[in-house]
Amino acid sequence: MSESVAATSAKKSWRGNGGVRGWYGRQSLVVRVVLGIVFAVLAVLLPYVGDVPVIGPQIITVGIDWPSALFNMSYYVLLALGLNVVVGFAGLLDLGYVGFFAVGAYTVALFTSPDSVLHTEWKWVAAIPVALAVTMVSGLILGWPTLRLRGDYLAIVTLGFAEIIRIFATSSETLRGDRGFSDLPHPPGDYSDGKAIFGVADATPYYWLGLAVIIVVIFAVRNLDRSRVGRSWLAIREDEEAAEIMGVRTIKYKLWAFAIGAFIGGLGGVMFAGQQGFMNSQTFQLQFSILVLAGVVMGGSGNIFGAILGGALISYIPDRLRGIEDPIWHTDLFGFRFAIFGAVIIAIMIFRPQGLIPSRRRAMELKDREKEVAPQ
Amino acid sequence: MLLELQDITLLYGRIQALHGISLTVNQGEIVALIGANGAGKSTTMRAISGLRPVAQGKIIFDGEDITKMRADLRVVRGVSQSPEGRGIFPGMTVRENLEMGAYTRRNRAEIDEDLDRAFTLFPRLKEREKQVGGTMSGGEQQMLAVGRALMSRPKLLLLDEPSMGLAPMLIQQIFDIIVEINQQGTTVLLVEQNAQQALSRAHRAYVLETGSIVKSGTGAELLHDPSVKDAYLGVA
Repeated sequence: MSESVAATSAKKSWRGNGGVRGWYGRQSLVVRVVLGIVFAVLAVLLPYVGDVPVIGPQIITVGIDWPSALFNMSYYVLLALGLNVVVGFAGLLDLGYVGFFAVGAYTVALFTSPDSVLHTEWKWVAAIPVALAVTMVSGLILGWPTLRLRGDYLAIVTLGFAEIIRIFATSSETLRGDRGFSDLPHPPGDYSDGKAIFGVADATPYYWLGLAVIIVVIFAVRNLDRSRVGRSWLAIREDEEAAEIMGVRTIKYKLWAFAIGAFIGGLGGVMFAGQQGFMNSQTFQLQFSILVLAGVVMGGSGNIFGAILGGALISYIPDRLRGIEDPIWHTDLFGFRFAIFGAVIIAIMIFRPQGLIPSRRRAMELKDREKEVAPQ
Repeated sequence: MLLELQDITLLYGRIQALHGISLTVNQGEIVALIGANGAGKSTTMRAISGLRPVAQGKIIFDGEDITKMRADLRVVRGVSQSPEGRGIFPGMTVRENLEMGAYTRRNRAEIDEDLDRAFTLFPRLKEREKQVGGTMSGGEQQMLAVGRALMSRPKLLLLDEPSMGLAPMLIQQIFDIIVEINQQGTTVLLVEQNAQQALSRAHRAYVLETGSIVKSGTGAELLHDPSVKDAYLGVA
């Protein structure tokens, strides 16, 4: 009896002290760095998780080889991190994020593929800076006229942007529509025996490359969030008009959010092009944008680790369903991925409406907005 | 003259909200704008702080034409607004909200000085320093909005409905503080529905009706003006 009382009060104070995050915040820098390294090492070892007895086989995918599934997760996480800057930090609803992913991937294809009208056939690495510059500029071009719009209007315009890119890619001779680009070069590097590190058979090196890029992006985004830029985004997200009368040059910081988001999305496209070797206009469906947005919201909009978890899940859940037979119709469960996915999202939104790893500020903002909708 | 509006017209789409407003605010004054709902009081404030572009006319601030100047630069020049509905950042703590008020400033020592000043003016804010803005009561949010507007060390403080939604005792208190701020050297332009309080505290006042100024005078004059009494003071 008294034990259970002690247990509940301990639980209460654990929550009252901020739970896991509160505990993390109280730790010294050394503990935090060590924890970060432990997580990084675990992530690096993830391709071998199948060798862990009992748990391992439950985790890995069946219908798609595990390293490929991991690589898919890595570029989804990258996209979620980028979209989190736009949606989570600056509070701008962007429904066409796949557009930037497409711009990045197509720029790589144009400069590297033998199918391209440019006939440059650059190496993959050489195309990266061009691709990232082009996506950033495309972010600015889309942002400049549209960021004066708010909320729903912005969402619709960005939605249109992604569709324009896709339809243009489908019908344009230069971008080769359904025929697409083949023989895209892979990232460089050979093992000592002369075999390419980034081959076709094993996706593990691609996953590690993706992981390295993700870690760099995490640091960059985190530092931005804690800078004056991050403070400006926060103010814009919470009350754009109030931010303006505090002296925040709102259009400038919104453009920054768009350009940085576009940059990271383009990075995802570059990685994707380097691994796939082939891409066409069917790759960049609208559902892709919606999926990444769902990942950000599900993970916890405005929280970097929430975005990472959400991004990983939106890729992992469907891949995990591949190759599993459902007991009634005996078809692949992958066919039911959207139904199952929807159920998962509904469950999360019921039990954790702020996302799996919520941002505390965002929770407060949502409460504030509820008040506006239904004043007491 | 610190602020001068010359024949300002302003449009919301095709609807004209202001029909040629002209007014002046002198250094060291408290000037009140009174009028009914929809008379254009808040719109005038938004034109001055740069949230809405004006269609015609000129805004002169501190000898400089700021009609087409960006809102963020007007803050640097010394215009600061406590907006209608308070505009508190709900997820930021009281202290973070106040720090946002000093967004355009870099001198840490001066900012700390002004933080102390805000906490002296509003001891309640000091007690609530670490509370997030969204959880505070209406009165506390109003104090925070005024305190935050002061954090940019403005030459001109624009207060939009500082008494809105407050209990009568708090209204007294907030007006006392406004007078105190003014005596410390900040010029104040305030918009009010509570005409009684506004007129008894202001040096001068303007009466707005459907986007035009229909009357002006000292606070005391308007307080005793029969038509003002009739329309805004609730006594026949």
